[in-house]
Amino acid sequence: MINFEHKPAAHCESGVTTNMLNYYGIRLTEPMVLGIGAGVFFSYMPFITLQGMPVVSFRPLPGHIFARVMKRLKINISTRRFLNENHSMKALDKLVDKGVPVGIVVGVFFLPYFPKEFRFHFNAHNLCVIGKKDDIYTVSDPVSLELNELNHTDLKRVRFAKGTYPPMGKMYWVNHVNSTSPDLKAAIIDGIKMNCHRMLDIPIPYFGVKGIYLLAKHMRLWEEKAGARKAALQLAQVIRMLEEIGTGGAGFRYMYAAFLQEAAPILGKPEYLDLSKQMTGIGDLWRDFACEAARKFKKRGENTLTYDQLADKLVHIADGEKQFFTQLRQSIQSI
Amino acid sequence: MKVEEVPQDCGYLAPTNLRDIYYALDENGNYCQVPSVGWEPKNEALSLVWENIADEAQNIRQEVLAGKKSPLAYHLETHLFSVKMLASYTDIPKKTIKKHLQPEAFAQLDDQFLQKYAEVLSITIEELKRV
Repeated sequence: MINFEHKPAAHCESGVTTNMLNYYGIRLTEPMVLGIGAGVFFSYMPFITLQGMPVVSFRPLPGHIFARVMKRLKINISTRRFLNENHSMKALDKLVDKGVPVGIVVGVFFLPYFPKEFRFHFNAHNLCVIGKKDDIYTVSDPVSLELNELNHTDLKRVRFAKGTYPPMGKMYWVNHVNSTSPDLKAAIIDGIKMNCHRMLDIPIPYFGVKGIYLLAKHMRLWEEKAGARKAALQLAQVIRMLEEIGTGGAGFRYMYAAFLQEAAPILGKPEYLDLSKQMTGIGDLWRDFACEAARKFKKRGENTLTYDQLADKLVHIADGEKQFFTQLRQSIQSI
Repeated sequence: MKVEEVPQDCGYLAPTNLRDIYYALDENGNYCQVPSVGWEPKNEALSLVWENIADEAQNIRQEVLAGKKSPLAYHLETHLFSVKMLASYTDIPKKTIKKHLQPEAFAQLDDQFLQKYAEVLSITIEELKRV
């Protein structure tokens, strides 16, 4: 098997990307990968449902972080999807036999080493296949502390999970690396610019800061429209997306703060340490929101907040993020 | 959040080798990775979702016992499957699956057909017939 260092990470996609880069001699941290990949986002799409609940997400679409990072570091990659399950396994075997670590997208519902309680029909989990012996594949899953094994049948099944966003055997890998010391500064600047743009400028109300405001607006009406039980479930869904395995805490906000801290000396901008602190503060607000929300849907304690008050907290967070990304954009444009 | 504030509230992750990785501030104000076994609000959110699924399944079970629905309806609920999803896993038309949610149509299915459903749901034919 190849000498692939498995390092646990907060998020599956940035974790796979970090470990792959490391294998090819480019040592970056996970927060750095997240930052270059413009990985902080918010989207609230009431018209797409997962388990009957509107989708709330704190990350870009699957595959975007990997693709952006590789592009900004000028690394040549390939991505493939399949219609035929057997073809996809053959293509995977061929690469693994050549000693290429291959990132794959899987559904977690049939993933054997996941605890039953986490097995939803969620189809955007990433892991890296690093070896194969007979029928057994060795996989590096960043949310796991150690390497795991999957047999051929299980692997095929999770690669062709069905439901919302089926992965269709998607796999991605590095073709070749030109330089193991890429221009990090330029990559960081590009990443930050894109992240500001994605959080502030998308002209429809579902994405970025606008999405947070829209969620707050809808949240005020949940109880009235859907009843107490459904409202509680919707609230629980938001908290799960915010904190589900793989965000590093507070929906990637803490990881982004870590990125800014690391970027400060590279950009030669000490004020990024202050921006990092601001982002930490925003993360704390999200965590506080999660605590209050949990008290609400647990129905424990007399003094739980109303949906209106929870929505007010969201508006406060959205104001904070808007101000933060506006300031970040001003500072990045002056470099 | 500081390193010592990273929650370690045992939940669903505790018995596995999976962990939440947090980014938290050490004593010098530098960010570092800290593994966590869980956080109360998140554990509660997940519990609520599963309680709800169990309740729904119980309602359907009563309907099955009353002869209003087939056991397939119950197993779809406990496995979080929709008719659409089962259709894409099995290549059986949605309309046919919907018919099989009725006890009469379900009772007429032979083992070969039931095997298709059982396989996707990872249960045996015997289990598929029971609730």
